Amino acid sequence: MVTALIFSGYGINCEQETKRAFELAGANADIVHLNDLIAEPSRLKNYQIAAFPGGFSFGDDTGSGKAYANMIKNHLLKEIKAFVARDTLTIGICNGFQVLTSLDLLKGTLTHNTSAQFIDRWVDLKVSSDSPWLKGIEFMSLPVAHGEGRYIRHCDERSEVATPSDLKVALQYTAAEITEYFDYPANPNGSDDDIAAVLSDDGRILGMMPHPERAIEFHHLPHWTFLKEKASRASMALPENGPGLRLFENAVEYFN
Amino acid sequence: MIILDLQTVRIDISSKIKDTRASQLLFSLSQLELGSELESLQIIDSYTVQADLPTSTIKKAANNLIDFKKEQLMLLENLNDFDFAIEIGFLPGVTDNLAKTVATILKDSLKQNVAINVYSSQVFLLKANLSEIDLKQIIDTLHNPLIQRARVKTSLQFNQTGMGIEIPNVVLTSKQEITMVDLNVDDAILAELGSKGILDEDGSRRGPLALGLDYMKAIQAYFIKEGRNATDIELESIAQTWSEHCKHTIFADPIDELKEGLYKGYIKAATNQIRKDKGDKDFCVSVFSDNSGAIAFDDDYLITHKMETHNSPSALDPFGGAITGIVGVNRDAIGCGMGSKPIANLYGYCFGIPSLNSDSCVTLDQNRLIDGSVNFTESSHRKPCSQSPEKKFSTHEGLYRDKELTQKMLSPKRIMEGVIDGVRVGGNCSGIPTVHGFSYFHPSFRAKPLVFVGTLGLMPRLVNGKDSCQKAARPGDLIVVLGGRVGLDGIHGATFSSVEMDSSSPATAVQIGDPITQKKFSDAIIKEARDRGLYSSITDNGAGGISCSVAEMAKECGGCRVELDKVPLKYPGMQAWQIWISESQERMTLAIPPENWDEFNTLMKSRDVEAVVIGEFTDSGRCQVHYQGQMAMDIELEFLHDGLPERQLITRKPSPEWLAMNTSLRGANVPKQFSLLELLSHPNHCSKEFISQQYDHEVQAVSVLKPLQGRGRVNGDTAVIKPRIDSRKAAIISYGLKPEETDTDPYLMAARSIDAAIASAVATGANPDYIAILDNFCWNSSDEPERLYQLKETARACYDYAVAFGAPFISGKDSMFNDFKGYDANGEKIKISALPTLLISALGIIDDYSKVVSMDLKISGDKIYFLETAAMESVDAAANLSLYRRFYSAVQTELISSAMSLAHKPLKLALAHKAIAGQLGIQVEAGFDQDTGILVSIDPLKSKRFETLFPKAQLLGEVNATKRIKINAEDLSLEEATSAYRAPFSNYLNDQKKELAGVNQWLLL
Repeated sequence: MVTALIFSGYGINCEQETKRAFELAGANADIVHLNDLIAEPSRLKNYQIAAFPGGFSFGDDTGSGKAYANMIKNHLLKEIKAFVARDTLTIGICNGFQVLTSLDLLKGTLTHNTSAQFIDRWVDLKVSSDSPWLKGIEFMSLPVAHGEGRYIRHCDERSEVATPSDLKVALQYTAAEITEYFDYPANPNGSDDDIAAVLSDDGRILGMMPHPERAIEFHHLPHWTFLKEKASRASMALPENGPGLRLFENAVEYFN
Repeated sequence: MIILDLQTVRIDISSKIKDTRASQLLFSLSQLELGSELESLQIIDSYTVQADLPTSTIKKAANNLIDFKKEQLMLLENLNDFDFAIEIGFLPGVTDNLAKTVATILKDSLKQNVAINVYSSQVFLLKANLSEIDLKQIIDTLHNPLIQRARVKTSLQFNQTGMGIEIPNVVLTSKQEITMVDLNVDDAILAELGSKGILDEDGSRRGPLALGLDYMKAIQAYFIKEGRNATDIELESIAQTWSEHCKHTIFADPIDELKEGLYKGYIKAATNQIRKDKGDKDFCVSVFSDNSGAIAFDDDYLITHKMETHNSPSALDPFGGAITGIVGVNRDAIGCGMGSKPIANLYGYCFGIPSLNSDSCVTLDQNRLIDGSVNFTESSHRKPCSQSPEKKFSTHEGLYRDKELTQKMLSPKRIMEGVIDGVRVGGNCSGIPTVHGFSYFHPSFRAKPLVFVGTLGLMPRLVNGKDSCQKAARPGDLIVVLGGRVGLDGIHGATFSSVEMDSSSPATAVQIGDPITQKKFSDAIIKEARDRGLYSSITDNGAGGISCSVAEMAKECGGCRVELDKVPLKYPGMQAWQIWISESQERMTLAIPPENWDEFNTLMKSRDVEAVVIGEFTDSGRCQVHYQGQMAMDIELEFLHDGLPERQLITRKPSPEWLAMNTSLRGANVPKQFSLLELLSHPNHCSKEFISQQYDHEVQAVSVLKPLQGRGRVNGDTAVIKPRIDSRKAAIISYGLKPEETDTDPYLMAARSIDAAIASAVATGANPDYIAILDNFCWNSSDEPERLYQLKETARACYDYAVAFGAPFISGKDSMFNDFKGYDANGEKIKISALPTLLISALGIIDDYSKVVSMDLKISGDKIYFLETAAMESVDAAANLSLYRRFYSAVQTELISSAMSLAHKPLKLALAHKAIAGQLGIQVEAGFDQDTGILVSIDPLKSKRFETLFPKAQLLGEVNATKRIKINAEDLSLEEATSAYRAPFSNYLNDQKKELAGVNQWLLL
């Protein structure tokens, strides 16, 4: 069975639904507290997928994801680097994405939304690059919930990461079904080039602000009661799943 | 922690990219009425670090605090392009969560366990030509002097001396002794002791005990029996335990002929009766006995619910009060049974009108405002500023706690913003979805707001093979406290909220919650320790701190012995009584069998949770506390818990004259002659999207009906969650609240509130035979017989209608003195009392989430019907219940396309809300007096079946695609209606369309 390790601790708070999503997709998923992994780093070797879930690690103090990434840098960096060097998949969702950019496993950085406010709403996304995570997906609607989700592509020259021109963009905010339904602007946070998610050069590490694990079941859709009514008049069946599940299924399929 | 050889270093961090916090703040500040333009604003994040380390080491470690991609370490002295530097930090002893994280990062990066103290602050660099008055206004906006310090330097001063360093450490010099208090004194001195507190050697008083003379005499008599005087800790402890806040004496004491009091006689009696009536259909599992109420969810799980209030603290420090409230009520789930996992947060706000008391355009007569006797909706509150020639009510006047006008109350706008922020940070950081809430505005809440916060939890019926609701500390169990450390914050919170707020309200009552500390232990308890069966009992530390939680748990086994020296402190120098009653947040108290302690503590350490043994539970019958080897407290548990004398409460029916003097509002909440546009942009009915959107309502992936419904994003009156992935069962949440009706007819108000909560839930698909309710009473002046009369009438209706609807109360809370006594800007005495408010919260369980009905109109051509209910002049529960049952069966057969109860709005407004939500046109004819009933839209192919089931349903009209709302003679475009609905708070809305939203912004910043 495909194995996934879900990081937890210090204010990470989406680990249970992330575990559920991987399990629904057919993986064997374990939630592991960061301190337990620091105490026994070799455990990482047992896994094919690593997931950094959303949340508020250390309350976002000093900047989202930073303190959690610091703990990894100080105690676990060698093992994480060995993990991503293997043929593994890694995903960082929301706070997890912020951890991955702080670890320099992904390019660019994330900062306060243009509005300087937290926002929870749904967005439409278009897929912009190939990745095992995104196989067969072109468009997808998912929720976002963040205060620091504005992706900054052009970083200062003192940054140690590569130049932005070779950035592999995974997902971009776009105007489609949900934004039209609610009459929302496509980009919820002012991200450069509408970037919602980026990939490592080899496509195996995905960092994304939207939450696929909150779009697993049909009732997660914000307009499911409308879809249900429309389908019932047309005598059509309703899907059981939400759009986010595909991402987790892709990860499991990659190893099968 | 004591640091001997300290280096103090300032670490200042600036942004390398556009700092949107600064641009948004600049936008807000530019809304103040200033004499000149603000040119620019830069924010520097600063940490003052004290450590026994070389400066260079500290500075090197500081690199870990920044993200080089967007931030840089900088030297303040290199700055020059500004006119004023304003530094805002916390006052000594105030919870500084950011600093705590910085200390963790520094220690972890140094990989050595050195003592490090950190203090966070922000420097605001303003370029602007400001007068002294303007500068003061800006500084006032940037900080709250009750919890924060502000320093300002002009660029000239800055160039000469730099920003400098200020260290807000707590220095306590008082003697840490237990003092004896002489109780052999005459009644006058005894009374003064009870009202003002213990007299210290320096002649100052320690703060209110809130003990009346009758209570003081009972204490005097007890200690005569014991043959000694009382210690200061004993008196403080009794004051906490006997406080109105903890003992709910007004609900417990005999009132008129009702010997058993309101709680036992009406509230609990209703639940007992209903459980008997329901027989084997009784779904109550644990009611009134624990931190939350618990009902059956399915065969394996219970759902728990608790609604709390945090009113007084939120008036003083809205952010701190609100975050403490929400994080505190989360602990009512964690501390329920063996531990219930929080799965949803709820909120309810009663605020003063934010534009009053600020520089906006309200055209109200100031004098009528001051006595609170104005129905603001009578005035033309929606005029834009430019069209408003009348005198403005200025923010700079305001309300004061003292006659000298030095302690100013915050404006309703500041209170609103701070409270909304506090609940956001508390809920979002804790990973608990905030799924529903309401905001109600009325001038009577402008000094003291009502802040309701609630938490639903999910708990397995069996934990480790045992009934999860059964818990009991056993003699010999260790008393363990875990979580945050104890400081001076929150001293006298319980006694403070039991009396009216005035200038002697203690500032130490203010506290700031720390959601991450709580998140760490919450996960460790609920997700790990609980299921290993490591503890025999658990409860939350709320009001009264360990003095209440330990003494409360001691009842389970019959005694306790505590060593105060073992309680972990934030800083040295606290006195024994302060340690015992401090309400420092984020703490739980557990009873742990000694053989489990090692395993438990090892687990907690690995989760970065501090747990400490402070004593043991006994069966001595006494509550015994020691400090530095001395007896600090040794009294009978029975006296501590039940020694307070009963007070006979007397009520008096309010006379017309009394009502005229004391009524805060005349007439109904919304005049019938209001146009649709006026109704839509009424603050109580307009969009609150800006709140819903900043609260994470989707974490945990449980949402079924989210806070905003339909294309038009209309705030619903209900929310639905599905807590388990492997079950279709769902919970429906709704509320009833009608404070504007209390003075007219408190009995009817309560009846209508219960009906409203049930009707809203039913409209969404709840089974009327599976609804539990919660009561929250927020009264005012509860020492006045007239107010007590209204209270009794309200409680009587609670009994009658809970029983009639078969909806049991499972938990409740009261807050009896929502009064502000202070001074207006002229130094004149003023009392502002919040409307006597009953909040009914409903919780319904249904079998299949997919049957749930949302409020938005869905398809053009659908028919619109109205199901009238009997709840206007009087509530006919039997008739309504019969209708609700039929409605439930219609929902089960999927007859209903959309539905909404009129619970909180008149019929024509409900019609407009449904149209806006669906972004569809309507054409209807209807009478408009109704404000109760259910409004539905039905597929024309199903209308026959619907009419057969509901022969009395009134067909009002049809849904169409015209994009016009036509109700009788009123005709407006959907666009006009939508923008009126969204206008009032549009400037708070996070949709990057700020500059476009130009109309009707009478509530603006």
